[in-house]
Amino acid sequence: MAVLVDKGTRLLVQGITGREGSFHTKLMIEYGTKVVAGVTPGKGGMEVHGVPVYDTVAEAVREHPEINASIIFVPARFAPDAVYEALDNGLRTVVVITEHIPAHEELRFVRYGRSLGARIVGPNCPGVISPGKAKVGIMPANVFKEGSVGIVSRSGTLTYEIAAAITREGFGQSTAVGIGGDPVTGLDFIDMLEMFRDDPETEAVVLIGEIGGDAEERAAKYVKETRYPKPVVAYVAGRTAPPGKRMGHAGAIISMGTGYYADKVRALRAAGIGVAETPFEVAELLKNVIRK
Amino acid sequence: MKLFEYEAKQILRSYGAATPRGVVVAQGEDPLTKIREAGLTGKLVVKAQVLVAGRGKAGGVKLANTPEEAAEIATEMLGSKIKGVTVRKVLIEEAVEHDREWFASITVDRAARDFVLLLSTEGGVDIEEVARENPEAIIKYHIPPERGLLPYKARELGKEVGLRGRALNSFASTLVAMYRAFIDHYADLVESNPFTVVNDRVVLLDARMIIDDSAIRLGLVKAEQDPAETGELSEWEVRARRLGLNFVELDGYVGIIGNGAGLTMATMDLVKHFGGEPANFLDIGGGASAEVMKKALNLLMEYPKAKSIFINIFGGITRCDEVAKGIVQALKEVGARKPVVIRLVGTNEEEGRAILEEAGIKAFTDPAEAAKEAVRLGGGE
Repeated sequence: MAVLVDKGTRLLVQGITGREGSFHTKLMIEYGTKVVAGVTPGKGGMEVHGVPVYDTVAEAVREHPEINASIIFVPARFAPDAVYEALDNGLRTVVVITEHIPAHEELRFVRYGRSLGARIVGPNCPGVISPGKAKVGIMPANVFKEGSVGIVSRSGTLTYEIAAAITREGFGQSTAVGIGGDPVTGLDFIDMLEMFRDDPETEAVVLIGEIGGDAEERAAKYVKETRYPKPVVAYVAGRTAPPGKRMGHAGAIISMGTGYYADKVRALRAAGIGVAETPFEVAELLKNVIRK
Repeated sequence: MKLFEYEAKQILRSYGAATPRGVVVAQGEDPLTKIREAGLTGKLVVKAQVLVAGRGKAGGVKLANTPEEAAEIATEMLGSKIKGVTVRKVLIEEAVEHDREWFASITVDRAARDFVLLLSTEGGVDIEEVARENPEAIIKYHIPPERGLLPYKARELGKEVGLRGRALNSFASTLVAMYRAFIDHYADLVESNPFTVVNDRVVLLDARMIIDDSAIRLGLVKAEQDPAETGELSEWEVRARRLGLNFVELDGYVGIIGNGAGLTMATMDLVKHFGGEPANFLDIGGGASAEVMKKALNLLMEYPKAKSIFINIFGGITRCDEVAKGIVQALKEVGARKPVVIRLVGTNEEEGRAILEEAGIKAFTDPAEAAKEAVRLGGGE
């Protein structure tokens, strides 16, 4: 098992004819992900790396009823429309790679998706990989390997860094999920902790946070209050980040008294979660809590 | 983007909210002429248009008894510095006699994934302080985005903060106006601290708005701001902004370029961990082209605080070959004036390394080794 995506995933790529959509379709197919169809309005009838392209999601799911997940590479202006299109055509696992979607739009489609029981990953995220099973995202596959550590992260490239570091030390992953760097995200740390708790393959969870907001504090509270049954270790980026400055991600800003590094680390440690000082130290902390 | 008070008030007025009568005076304009043209008389308030917190305490808000006195204050204030920021415009408004002050704000609630309205009878003071010391003085209402802020809800909330009669109705329409402005402008924040009631009418004495940068980027909201005028950015941050680069100035000596906010911050932290001090944050973002990489490296070559430069790239949507091309181009154009340490792994890594090797540049794979080298070359321990 794994969470969110696995060997049974049959993927639709929305925005498949664009530069990123096409490039990553190729890489996902090479990884072994079953990419069934693509959508780009006005480009129906084309093929991209052997994948048929449709004008609408409705057509794609009619021709390929096995589709059970979508990944969205559509530009920010049209991305909310693409998310609603996926949801309204019955898809319940939707990965949104697109960056720069306004927060007001995000919270509206995230609320709609959650009301349907859908799982939206992102926006502004690297996607999901269940090593050896399926990759629905843009991450470099070679740093991941099959195993029992679940990774959940607000940052894309930092996920790769930490996955590479723990893979090198012999810890493979059940699933790695980038939940996205925007203030509003679909799935959050707590949703992922719940999924990893129920996944028999996952033995420990690595939580990768950053300054801004209070998602790490809420995750810590959840771990403490539910006496979370699996070990959790964490890394938080931004120890040297100054207050009041947006650090790249829209969500990464220390403002209005919240989002400080020290508060996050304190809350995590108080919940019994080991916090690594560097990305490489994550592997050291894992050695203390699980076998390779 | 943070709007100036006068801009926020202009927007809120267009939705029907009331603000004191006033006029904006820019550097180089004659305050007295502007005051007379606007027909302002009696006691006036002169307010520096700067985006710093605690403007009042820093001398950015002054009361004048006559238009002449206001003009004098304005002349003094224009060009002066408030908390290090040059005042380029002042807002001169009629002073409003009032006894009570309230606070209202609407923001995005990340965790609840909705909009949240905060309301308090303790206006005119630092609301974070109120939240800490007297949290029950703040009323919180989560606005369901599907139906928005309804007038009846605004009236119910108004009663809770002591408003009655015609003032209650004025409050409700003001709050709805604030909400509509918030929605139409994809705002992160619309705030009035304080507002008051004069002759049964709600008047916004102060106003703030922050607009979602993504909405501006997509052209959903039209807003322009000269980054140099905001006073929020340092000279180097302004330069970077104009090049379209995501740069934050810090006080150390190791220049940092990374891809992705999390990794770039982790790179700063790593430099610190190995005894160095980061000189900046520079995130080239996802899917950066050779051109962006080139601009980034050129900027740090000139940025005097950076004594060495540490480029830490973990390719995903960003491709190592693009990054490598940008590095080679930059070094060819401006030359390696400073030691550059490169760590390059991920998507198209082999192609990227080949491009660097051809140009005689060596790249690390281990970020710890690279960080130590960057600290050493920057002159640290």
